[in-house]
Amino acid sequence: MPLPLLLILSMTLLAVGVYAIATARQASCSRRVYSVALAISGVALILALTHLLTTSAPATLNLPIGLPWLGAHFRLDALSAFFLIVVNLGGAVASLFALGYGQHEHAPERVLPFFPAFLAGMNLVLLADDAFTFLFAWEFMSLTSWALVMAHHQESANARAGYLYLVMACFGTLALLLAFGMMAGPNGGYAFAAIRTGEMTPELAAAVLILALLGAGSKAGLVPLHVWLPLAHPAAPSHVSALMSGVMTKVAVYGFIRIVFDLLGEPMAWWWGGLVLALGGITAVLGVLYALMQHDLKRLLAYHTVENIGIIFIGLGLALAFQANHMYASAALALTAALFHILNHSLFKSLLFLGTGAVLTATGERDMEQLGGLIHPMPWTALAFLIGAAAISALPPLNGFVSEWLTFQAILLTPELPQWLLKFLAPAVGALLALSAALAAACFVKAFGITFLGRPRSPAAAQAQETDRYSLAAMFTLAAFCLLAGILPGLVVDGLAPVVGLLNGGAQLATQHTQPWLTLAPIVDAKSAYNGLLVLLFMALSGTAAALLIHQFASNALRCGPAWDCGFPDASPATQYTAGSFAQPIRRVFGSIVFQARERVTLPPPGDGRPAKLEVQLRDPVWEYGYAPITAAVITASTRANHLQYLTIRRYLSLVFGALVVLLLGMALWR
Amino acid sequence: MALITDFLVQGGQMLLILLLAPLLTGWVRTLKAQLLRRRGPSLLQPYRDLLKLLRKEVVLADSASWLFRVTPYLIFAAIWVAAALVPTFASGLMFNWTADLIAIVALLGTARFFLALAGLDVGTSFGGIGSSREMMIASLAEPAMLMMVFTLSLLAGATELTTVARFMLAADVGLRVSLALALLALLMVAIAENARIPVDNPATHLELTMVHEAMVLEYSGRHLALIELAASLKLLLYVSLIGCIFAPWGMATAGEGLLAYFIGVAAYLGKLALGGFLLALFETSIAKMRVFRVDQFLGVALMLGLLGALLLFVSRSL
Repeated sequence: MPLPLLLILSMTLLAVGVYAIATARQASCSRRVYSVALAISGVALILALTHLLTTSAPATLNLPIGLPWLGAHFRLDALSAFFLIVVNLGGAVASLFALGYGQHEHAPERVLPFFPAFLAGMNLVLLADDAFTFLFAWEFMSLTSWALVMAHHQESANARAGYLYLVMACFGTLALLLAFGMMAGPNGGYAFAAIRTGEMTPELAAAVLILALLGAGSKAGLVPLHVWLPLAHPAAPSHVSALMSGVMTKVAVYGFIRIVFDLLGEPMAWWWGGLVLALGGITAVLGVLYALMQHDLKRLLAYHTVENIGIIFIGLGLALAFQANHMYASAALALTAALFHILNHSLFKSLLFLGTGAVLTATGERDMEQLGGLIHPMPWTALAFLIGAAAISALPPLNGFVSEWLTFQAILLTPELPQWLLKFLAPAVGALLALSAALAAACFVKAFGITFLGRPRSPAAAQAQETDRYSLAAMFTLAAFCLLAGILPGLVVDGLAPVVGLLNGGAQLATQHTQPWLTLAPIVDAKSAYNGLLVLLFMALSGTAAALLIHQFASNALRCGPAWDCGFPDASPATQYTAGSFAQPIRRVFGSIVFQARERVTLPPPGDGRPAKLEVQLRDPVWEYGYAPITAAVITASTRANHLQYLTIRRYLSLVFGALVVLLLGMALWR
Repeated sequence: MALITDFLVQGGQMLLILLLAPLLTGWVRTLKAQLLRRRGPSLLQPYRDLLKLLRKEVVLADSASWLFRVTPYLIFAAIWVAAALVPTFASGLMFNWTADLIAIVALLGTARFFLALAGLDVGTSFGGIGSSREMMIASLAEPAMLMMVFTLSLLAGATELTTVARFMLAADVGLRVSLALALLALLMVAIAENARIPVDNPATHLELTMVHEAMVLEYSGRHLALIELAASLKLLLYVSLIGCIFAPWGMATAGEGLLAYFIGVAAYLGKLALGGFLLALFETSIAKMRVFRVDQFLGVALMLGLLGALLLFVSRSL
């Protein structure tokens, strides 16, 4: 029953989009659109949740629309139900946030029609059960999000971001199109049910895996296909950035999981896992290193999405490697880790983007070098952002730690794998994962510390005001989920069990909620356990006890005065550490290798009044060695081919004739 | 009844480490002074310092926020909980399974995260320099530590410290190259994490190379007392950790009775004294290094940890 309802809800969202086209310029339209989107996402969330927790049988539905010989197939199983939860939770919270944030939008007619349509597109991707519907919904999702990226197209950076996004989205869809074509085979069995039962040769399946990595990976932001993401995600309005980074990347991961784990079935070679694992590890570390070099808050967050996608793909790669060796218990752990991280990342990344939106509304700035001291005028936003920052830095007792802990536990099972390459790869990826977690903490000390702490670096930051109640409610909803998933991870793992079972031939982790004290103990025979609830309880108890005892028996006197700073009275906020200077040690340690970072100091001679200058030069290896040659080749080829536009009619005719002769010759030789 | 005993033993351990932590710091300081042929302060000086600081009023910078005032309690709580989860005189205590070694490392990460934020809060350049360098050091020390955890848990089959300690107590461990590499990595990380020479100097003030002291420069009174106590606890944690993993001899098992606990406590005190002595000896015999040499120092630790883990991964199938 929930499946038709979910489809109706998606259609309603589309209708809301159409309604918004007509009325977007009215002042009340924004509120109406977002409240309806909030209500619909909420209902869809509840439907998906009940399906995941109660039913195990997938529901299917065929509608006679779309291609006449195929129809439109829809299916709701545990996997799509889980991702529906992620999407609709994100959608509901973003709508709630936008109830306040949307009031400040200066071009509502460019946002309001596309926002519900974007939500509908993502829901439809998850429900699609044949290649045509899937790709149609996928493209719809891409295009509506592109329109949202282009909402503020007057800024030239946004226009460039939109262009790059469009090119990469087309490339990704092309790869997926080919993948589905290969899976459907010569008979054109495009329904997913037909693909599942079809036989595939190992070579063809490997080609599909590579294409899925290219297609879904480019949308998710796998290195080296990530280049569009840090440009496009920040360009959209903040609640849409939250959706794109927190939710749409997850839909891309869904595409990968659906194709590789569900449609292809068992992995046919062990190197599949190795490939995905290596890509994940590289993506995680490069993503966080890129993020550390940024001083635009939204771009920093977008690069962190790249990092977290890497962590998710590490889990998926491990699962593939285990499945290829028929180690289903270990694969269940790796899959649980990946799915848990998908949920976690959607929570804290949305939270952080919403927080950035609040900062943007309050100050008009997203450049950290112009911010600072926002914790004083915006204490609640600061608290919510802090919770998100701690969660994404994998600090216990919040949720980010749990999924990284699960991933580590899965890596610790890899010595049982028989292949040598995987044996070498797994600890190396473990080191990369540890490195990225530590760097993420450094990055979020920077993001939170420079933006919210210290003293204001610009008048805009000094005059900021706390954001509105809707936005705060949205942020604290997500923060509460971050905490809950961190202290009650056993319940989340149990909720994920049907999804893991579906993807893993029925094998899933042991039931967790029956463990004493709600401990998380995923591996039965090894006694590795983590209990976030007790950690939180102990910390709260010892911290409060210390505070009470000290205030009661020692001293509670407090005097305010100017900062000590080693006795140097220092009036100017410009002497504070900036985002650039905070990252300098890390830039020097890691950036000199990865980005060939060079610093040049220009000191004017004594007596010269000019200011000294420090220039930092960073080079993006992916763009320089990957994309720049391709763009150069395309431009050269098109310049050469440009001559063809200015030929006489005689030459055109001879060209056509020549082409015909070559084709016929080719046909003759082929036979 | 058993539950109450368990609670008492667990609580006893928490109090024990809290009381012992300043003593260890004082012990190291006294030894260092005597190695330099100075008389040095009394062993109890850290207690007196703490009491003095606790009774003084807090002078708070005008630009400090609520985070600055909450952080000392948070850091203290996180490090105390982490230290309480490391088996000291007895393994298998009631809440030892609450968090494994990875979680303990991450709890220390939580403390560091908030301390670094507090360094940035007042908005002075000294705080910033400390936070920035601390996070740089952590970005290498934490992976090195986790690699060490990998090695241990591959050997012992679990990341939980009680299991690890019991495994190391068993006779058939023998000498292993991986363990030696892991020990080296852990020692290097411990030195870096506790802001000891050659990475940082715990006795320095007003010097551009300082890291930990620069972050806490704006703290005073009870806040500073808590941070100092937390730093002592962290030192104790690392010494107990090294003792628990690489020298678990004499450690009692939960429920073995008073005599075993007594032996356990005596052995633990011996380990602390020895650890403190070695630390003091090491610190007096080496010079502090430049900040930008620290990454090479910790890079070695990371590589040693990775090498140890790799050796195990590879040798397991042989």
